[in-house]
Amino acid sequence: MMATVAARELRDGEVVFVGIGLPNLACNLARATHAPNLVLIYESGAVGAVPERLPVSIGDPALVTGSLMVCGMADVFQYFLQNGRIEVGFLGGAQVDRWGNINTTVIGNYAHPKVRLPGSGGATEIAAHAQRTLVMAKLDPRVFPEQVDFLTSPGHRCRGRPRRELGLPGAGPVKVITDKAILEADDTGELVLVALYPGVRAEQVRAGVGWPLRVRTTLLEVAPPDARDLAQLRDVLDPHNLYLKG
Amino acid sequence: MHDAIAAHVHDGDTVVIEGFTHLICFAAGHEIIRQRRRNLTLARLTPDLIYDQMIAAGCARKLIFSWAGNPGVGSLHAFRRAVEGKGPPLEIEEYSHFGMVARFLAGAARLPFWPLRDYAGTDLPTANPLIRTVACPYTQEQLATVPALNPDVTIVHAQRADAMGNTQIWGLVGVQKEAAFASTRVIVVVEELVDTAVIRADPNRTLIPGIVVAAVVVEPWGAHPSYAQGYYDRDNAFYVAWESISRDEGKLAAWLDRFVYGVPDRAEYLTQQDGLTDRLKAHAQVSPGVNYGF
Repeated sequence: MMATVAARELRDGEVVFVGIGLPNLACNLARATHAPNLVLIYESGAVGAVPERLPVSIGDPALVTGSLMVCGMADVFQYFLQNGRIEVGFLGGAQVDRWGNINTTVIGNYAHPKVRLPGSGGATEIAAHAQRTLVMAKLDPRVFPEQVDFLTSPGHRCRGRPRRELGLPGAGPVKVITDKAILEADDTGELVLVALYPGVRAEQVRAGVGWPLRVRTTLLEVAPPDARDLAQLRDVLDPHNLYLKG
Repeated sequence: MHDAIAAHVHDGDTVVIEGFTHLICFAAGHEIIRQRRRNLTLARLTPDLIYDQMIAAGCARKLIFSWAGNPGVGSLHAFRRAVEGKGPPLEIEEYSHFGMVARFLAGAARLPFWPLRDYAGTDLPTANPLIRTVACPYTQEQLATVPALNPDVTIVHAQRADAMGNTQIWGLVGVQKEAAFASTRVIVVVEELVDTAVIRADPNRTLIPGIVVAAVVVEPWGAHPSYAQGYYDRDNAFYVAWESISRDEGKLAAWLDRFVYGVPDRAEYLTQQDGLTDRLKAHAQVSPGVNYGF
């Protein structure tokens, strides 16, 4: 469901910075269905990748074979991302807060962390420079706290300062795609509930979020994946259920 | 390999073994562990399994990095134990990928720092005070800066080089070129040693020129369990297995005893790996050449 919802956000011909896991599934689903001309760029340097197998990592050799261009990472970050050429970026994380900020660095205190996470990777600059970002995370009050323990990737408002004031070029997280619903930022940059998956009630979504989640006046229902999407995901893109489980 | 590491990697050095998923020189890392180098500052974008092994083996005093996970799998547990205060201490200095790339760019260009539009609103400059800002002298815009990184030694794995170290790489090239030019000494480790005529036949493919290379080591399958495009695929089963090996200090020590301390060199290590060729040897997808005539 999350992969399908994310795939629908991608328009044909767009330039997408792809992460591994669900974002990768979403991009390849979009490419196989409504967006055959999607340009997939991986931070490892593969541009216009057409992976023949589901890449197990962001630097998989299948991303190179048949791609349009392979460049160094200095080019990826400077000439594609900082240049403003990336239209859509995907982000995920251990924590996503009320303002769409993301933490992939530490749970707890930085100097003495409870859990040490991998860190930024390219997420910090994707969050800054992609024209818009899509965040994918499963609802859980520990995952959606009022405020992240460590701000790795900027959302709409960072420690009280709005995104624009900070000079961040991209629009930030336009949608947060969860396993039960879609959240979007309101005018102040606060994430609010805008659409529910079939059979989900707003209270269930509120229970998965660590702040008093507000609901947009016109609450939409998200259409389930159609037969073509499901067949593509289950039979072609992820037949071994690497990413579709859960 | 023994001689190259003995000559060029010293206790206390800043060591870079680069390669973004692709062409990570595990053979060199293992030799450094065998020679029991100590107090190294290890720098890489993604520490990967190789630095987790070197941290576990006690080689590292400090780690400079931007993403410390097991790619596509989960955690690096020796790293986590150290940082979470459950193991021998490890100093860390952390950036984002762009920040690390920029450090190598500055180092390779012999500039003191590199400017980038990054880090606004984030906690990274607080965590790492070496991430600073500068006012652009033309527009007065505030830009982030990172300091140059000039390693004592950089080790680059590649598909092929000639005896002078003119090195050709294809597939993902990561920051190999920048790291090599930034470094005081460069060791190139290759799948195949080729005649200079092979290099001259396709000069656009040369990423690192021999003039910056101190030593060339021929070590087939030297990147395993990482991969070499056109030679062998990543041993993903081993990356998955590392999760349970590295989680348990005893298991990790036993793994090092058998596969690193217990073998004299790479050739012996390879005999301990089951069905490597059958499982991982790359199929052929050869690119036709181009016309270099004039």
